[in-house]
Amino acid sequence: MKRSNEPIFWSLFGAGGMLAALIGPALVFITGIAVPLGLIYAPDTMSYNNMLAFAQNWAGKLVMFGVVALFLWHAAHRIAILLHDFGVHAVAAVKLFSYGGAFLGTVIAGYALLAVGF
Amino acid sequence: MADAEKIIEIEVLRYRPEQDKEPVLQTYKVPFTDDMSVLQGLQYIKDYLDGTVSFRWSCRMAICGSCGMMIEGKPKLSCKTFLREYYPQGLRVEALAHLPIERDLVVDAADFVAKLERIKPYIIPKEARTLEQGEYLQTPQQRDMYEQFSSCINCMLCYAACPQYGLNPKFTGPGVLALLHRYNADSRDGGQDERMKLGYADEGFWGCTAVGYCSEVCPKGVDPANAINQNKMNSAINYFTRFVTPGRADK
Repeated sequence: MKRSNEPIFWSLFGAGGMLAALIGPALVFITGIAVPLGLIYAPDTMSYNNMLAFAQNWAGKLVMFGVVALFLWHAAHRIAILLHDFGVHAVAAVKLFSYGGAFLGTVIAGYALLAVGF
Repeated sequence: MADAEKIIEIEVLRYRPEQDKEPVLQTYKVPFTDDMSVLQGLQYIKDYLDGTVSFRWSCRMAICGSCGMMIEGKPKLSCKTFLREYYPQGLRVEALAHLPIERDLVVDAADFVAKLERIKPYIIPKEARTLEQGEYLQTPQQRDMYEQFSSCINCMLCYAACPQYGLNPKFTGPGVLALLHRYNADSRDGGQDERMKLGYADEGFWGCTAVGYCSEVCPKGVDPANAINQNKMNSAINYFTRFVTPGRADK
């Protein structure tokens, strides 16, 4: 039988899932609750200048790219499989919508992170 | 039947290819006692009410794997399920889902058997040993690697449970993939490469979307979902390392 190319998508899905499980809730808490409400962190933690500096640092770029791209690939695979389980098997269209979306998001994230400079 | 005053209604899905265009339900009123299994209820029907009802059974003790059927929509062994659980509302029994019906509750297992044969469900010795060299030894830890998967009785309940097999019968399916893992995980076995070729395909491990219902319905505590997930990892590692590991590129 022909070897499946699914490992590519499954690995991205697995990496994204692992990352989401490890840091997803913490990110939601920090960026969505703690910083806006002024808890724990300094009020200007997520100010434009701070975030720009973070995005201009190579380590910051790597973190942001990893979070955006891998979360997207995880979501794409989850959506594709969920649609399949719910009876939507228009394979090409589903793949274009889910994986295509993740690919587009990955490219945009990469471009934006390079565009803000170093 | 001393205390046979209780009567339960059993709806049986009938399909007699010579007279039925499609399966139809037929209801039987069966006197029962608390210790009677659904299989015994069907045997009562066959012996006393309607000799034409067909179903498979053999051991009556959940080891032969013959009497699997849908009981109130769930895949179960009828010998391991008791009528009392469905009293007084009654119950419906149907042939196993996703498999072609041969007659009444008897399904055609040809597809399952063909897939089972394909994965070589036996130990392919790593090395030839002479009688003088003695048996192949294995530590308890090595045995633990495959033991739960060796409990499979080929009852096909997991095939009736698996939505992916229902959607695409080309999918190798939970039971056979769990058995593939059972032999691959055996320290005495050397047939991994041949078996994994089947697993690496879309119809192999990748046909599974990790629903996990197979493991829930297994009457023997086998966890096919776990076997498949472990092998998705193995397949992914092989997929990416096959070009850098000598002798793996063609596998």
